[in-house]
Amino acid sequence: MSSTVVKTLRLATLGALAALAVAGGAQAVDITGAGATFPNPVYQKWAEAYKAKTGTALNYQSVGSGAGIKQIEAGTVDFGATDKALDTDELKKNDLVQFPAVIGGIVPIVNLPGIASGQLKLDGASLGAIFLGAITTWNDPAIAKINPGVTLPATPITVVHRADGSGTTYNFTYYLSAVNADWQAKVGSNTAVDWPAGVGGKGNEGVSALVQQTAGSIGYVEIAYALQNKLTYTKMMNADGFYVEPTLANFQAAAANADWATAPNYRLVLANQKGKDSWPITAATFILVHGKQTDAAKAKAVLGFFDWSLNNGQKMAEELLYVPLPAALVKQIASTWTNDVKADGKPVWP
Amino acid sequence: MTSVAVTATSQSKGGAHPGRLGNTLFGGSAWTFGILVLILLAAVMIALVIGALPAFREFGISFIWTEVWNPGKDIYGALAPLYGTLVTAFIAMIIGVPFSLGIAIFLTELCPNYLKRPISTAVELLAAVPSIIYGMWGLFVLVPLMQKYIEPAIIATFGNAPLIGALFAGPPYGIGLLTAGIILSAMVLPYMVSIMRDVFETVPPQLRESAYGLGATTWEVVRSVVLPYSRVGVVGAFMLALGRALGETMAVTFVVGNSYHIMKSILAPGTTISASLASEFAEADGLQLGALLANGFLLFVLTFSVIGFARLMLLRLQKQYG
Repeated sequence: MSSTVVKTLRLATLGALAALAVAGGAQAVDITGAGATFPNPVYQKWAEAYKAKTGTALNYQSVGSGAGIKQIEAGTVDFGATDKALDTDELKKNDLVQFPAVIGGIVPIVNLPGIASGQLKLDGASLGAIFLGAITTWNDPAIAKINPGVTLPATPITVVHRADGSGTTYNFTYYLSAVNADWQAKVGSNTAVDWPAGVGGKGNEGVSALVQQTAGSIGYVEIAYALQNKLTYTKMMNADGFYVEPTLANFQAAAANADWATAPNYRLVLANQKGKDSWPITAATFILVHGKQTDAAKAKAVLGFFDWSLNNGQKMAEELLYVPLPAALVKQIASTWTNDVKADGKPVWP
Repeated sequence: MTSVAVTATSQSKGGAHPGRLGNTLFGGSAWTFGILVLILLAAVMIALVIGALPAFREFGISFIWTEVWNPGKDIYGALAPLYGTLVTAFIAMIIGVPFSLGIAIFLTELCPNYLKRPISTAVELLAAVPSIIYGMWGLFVLVPLMQKYIEPAIIATFGNAPLIGALFAGPPYGIGLLTAGIILSAMVLPYMVSIMRDVFETVPPQLRESAYGLGATTWEVVRSVVLPYSRVGVVGAFMLALGRALGETMAVTFVVGNSYHIMKSILAPGTTISASLASEFAEADGLQLGALLANGFLLFVLTFSVIGFARLMLLRLQKQYG
């Protein structure tokens, strides 16, 4: 414990020193962004590498998709980040341009003593019934049926969901709506829903902590949080009927199906994709910038950051278990910038 | 000391009416500060009403007794958070009142001098602990204890009892209204103890010693002399604590469960007004923001009526005992 504290302190000191050193040097254009918590780890990593390379610093506030959309609409940040893609009307209304940045996976996590990661299997029907409060104990026949050979305890199930509005919730409930008609009819999908059962935690961290503290609980988080906190994840049945693990390869398999070329404004939900390896709760996360920019240099700095990250940051993303965007898509995004992001009527990019 | 020195110098420098300008300035600024409180209160009230209007316009007054909270379909009602707020505060008071009374009486009547200071300091330190620390302690220490030992015992003992059984039924989540109430009781305890201790110490020693001299036991002295003499302060302490319990945010958000359904059992998860605001405010917009602000307005009214009620009760008490 104390060694981590010391390490953190040392890192913080180093960071402060580095900041001082840069502040003393040439002043580059710093950029600000706010929004989704889901891609926060990879944005931070990219920002660090980009700063080391170019001196341009990114200040990203991981405040949630809803707050990110609000802040870019109000113009208090240079870009917003959201897990829930906006539709054409919403984009037009606030003069926003949208593009994807990275793809990630959401996993169900459980706290069942004696059961290891990947040992428990769930499908859309059982996961939906658990979150609806229809299945209330772990040894329910509906769970036992798909888990032969696994000893399930008679513990009551505690459902843990997000208490705040969240893009993770949007993608998770979108998946449940797609695979469970009951869920679709009773609850539906949104960044926050009327949860029929369970307890709420604030943020991915809050859900992780509640699941860790509560025996017999089940929740959902972005994969990085599950691995960081050593939480037990489950296998899920995908659209083709195979039980798959939440691995980078399986997120990639789901992402490979996406037809970005024809999706208007890149608005695409990757839940429940076909393919025998596809992880079913895979999701893209998006960036929003204003179409009419007032400061061409600043706009160029923002797009420059994403251009560098999308073309050079794949490895960093994969280390954090995010799926980087394919090269063809990155090219398509660059042409979107050229066409749609303008200052004084002139394209900002390239 | 310094103020005397300042007055002295200003007087020596002043003209025909030494200190008059200073006095005017002092009076003026004191007035301003006093009025500012009223303006602030009114401004908060007006801002809340304006923010809450969309929700009240959409759902009418029935917003208060509707038990729905569905951001997906944009339908909101305040009943579940209102219920949770009242129940958690009630549990906190049920646990906190006897404990704090006991501690305060012990400190003023029974405690040997060498223990007085450590206990008083400990109580004051409890009041200084930030509420988020209480929340984390609640989640990481109290919740597992509640889930493993306390709640199963409660369910086994009372779960099947007639009439009150439903209050203590259901699976032991660890997180819920009862846990929130217990945390709250620990948080309001120091306030009640410090105020009551101070109030008890205002009881004139002659009264107390006369009673002892007549052969009264400690219990009789407390019941017949100390408590009647200090009842106004004691009720005031309870009301202050209740006001704090109603509005406490972070610690409750951690352990209450944030669920918008009213269950009969006090072991079940629920939510409170301040917890709903803490969890959802950052992401809310449109009608949801209106509904949250309407919740805030209701909390304002609730706390206000608690204070008003306390004042009324104190007035009546004072009249009664003259």
